[in-house]
Amino acid sequence: MSRQFSRDLGRGLEVAAAWLLALLWISPLLYAFWSAFHPAEYATHFELGAPLTLENFETAWSQAPFARYFLNTVLLVTLVLIAQFVLCTLAAFAFARFEFWGRNFAFALVLVQLMIMPEVLIVENYTTMSHLGLVDTILSIGLPYMASAFGIFLLRQTFKTIPKELDDAARVEGCSMMQILLKVYVPLARPTYLAYGLVSVSYHWNNFLWPLIITNSVTTRPLTVGLAIFGAPESGVDWSIITAATLLAVAPLLVAFLLFQRQFVQSFMHAGIK
Amino acid sequence: MRRVRSITPHVYGWLLLTPAAILLIAFTHYPTVATLVQSVFSKGTAIRPSAFVGLNNYRLLLEDTVFWKVLWNNVLFGIGTIPTSIALAILMAVWVNGKLPARALTRLAFFTPTILPMVAVANIWLFFYTPEIGLLDQIGRVFGFASHNWLGDPDTVLWCIVVMTVWKEAGFFMIFYLAALQSLPPELEEAGRLEGASRWYYFRRVAFPLLMPTTLFVSINAVINSFKLVDQLFILTKGGPDNASSLLLYYIYEVAFSFLDVPYAATLTMVLLSALAIIAVGQFVFMDKRIHYR
Repeated sequence: MSRQFSRDLGRGLEVAAAWLLALLWISPLLYAFWSAFHPAEYATHFELGAPLTLENFETAWSQAPFARYFLNTVLLVTLVLIAQFVLCTLAAFAFARFEFWGRNFAFALVLVQLMIMPEVLIVENYTTMSHLGLVDTILSIGLPYMASAFGIFLLRQTFKTIPKELDDAARVEGCSMMQILLKVYVPLARPTYLAYGLVSVSYHWNNFLWPLIITNSVTTRPLTVGLAIFGAPESGVDWSIITAATLLAVAPLLVAFLLFQRQFVQSFMHAGIK
Repeated sequence: MRRVRSITPHVYGWLLLTPAAILLIAFTHYPTVATLVQSVFSKGTAIRPSAFVGLNNYRLLLEDTVFWKVLWNNVLFGIGTIPTSIALAILMAVWVNGKLPARALTRLAFFTPTILPMVAVANIWLFFYTPEIGLLDQIGRVFGFASHNWLGDPDTVLWCIVVMTVWKEAGFFMIFYLAALQSLPPELEEAGRLEGASRWYYFRRVAFPLLMPTTLFVSINAVINSFKLVDQLFILTKGGPDNASSLLLYYIYEVAFSFLDVPYAATLTMVLLSALAIIAVGQFVFMDKRIHYR
């Protein structure tokens, strides 16, 4: 009897601890919502009856070119995703299905990028971009990330699991190499594309350091950089407006995440296990 | 491919690889080599062009107190973030994997920080740490603590960054543990229960050792992140006060883009590259060990 009780108590405490941690984890976001939807005088003190307002969002939206930043981020994320899909698919297909000279060596060279990510090479990559005359373009933000070792690795693993009989059959049907890739391999790897796509989009939506360095005008700056400039203490904007701007910047990703939570979590898992 | 001695697979292979290879060489391999070359040259000025100076930049590096401070900060940052975020990630995964009421919601709460931009959440955390009106001070006041300038005090600033980073990362690492826990055969826990093993005993003696490959994978990611994650510094502290919260990559950024000393920034980058190379070698060595758990 008492043993049962102590087990229940232990279980109850554990549930309480889990919920407490969850609450703690989500509280910064809850605070951001509180502050963004209430007048500025309630930003630092909490009162149940505080009036709701959308004014902070209007102010934030009108004080900085967020619409343009949104467009830039969407362009960037799309450009990077398309380029990554094309480049990584081709390279992964080469590694998975062709025995060419220097394959293992080339693969090792690709994997180097898993360790030495573009973030580490900001100094020299900036020099390269200025030689190419690409500084302050959306292309320059995406370029170092387009041939992604992670993407190549992930797709190669997936392609290798596809039975060779399938492409032999397609060849008998008279398919060319490119048709085999597009009609057999790519459709069968759809879950991997989805997983990699979600990881890539959220990475580049959130990326900051390199875009900060390589951009210097409104027409190229992505949301993260725009938000950092907007929220800088020198700009003298108050909390409510900064949190409103912050929520604006994360809204699309957050909404997508809440709608497709399962896919997100599974994609991150899928991408991590390989 | 048909097993005929033909040149076709070689041509196809390389043709398919070429577009990716060009970009990889241009933005990974070339800059790595260029960093090494740049680090043995002096900074060019209008009157004096850049010249070969051998290891001079490295000598400056050894004498640079800011460099040592930043490197030490990076070590502390790693010690502060890596074990804590991994331990929390395991705890979260075990909870979310078990029979917890409102499980989906709890998982959502843990994972949400992962998908938010670091810059955006740093804006929110900045408010927590603000003296007087900040949330931390408001809570402290209820318990009778005096107001504290968390980000302005060299003794607390780095730990403020650590706490925020742990919050941001733990949910991400949780995902990998969750995946690993779900791949464990359920009979194991069943057997443990029949044998009368406590949950803690089961976790310590059965689950945790089986999670070792995941722990290794996550640890490597965590170590790399500890060198790579500096976004929050731009919002919270700008590396200050007096470099108390500056990290290696942030210092590289400052040297290259504020002090415009590209050769010295390259020298600092060499240190970062060496650290990553050591991790790569370490991973390679550990990889052999991990087979024993399989």
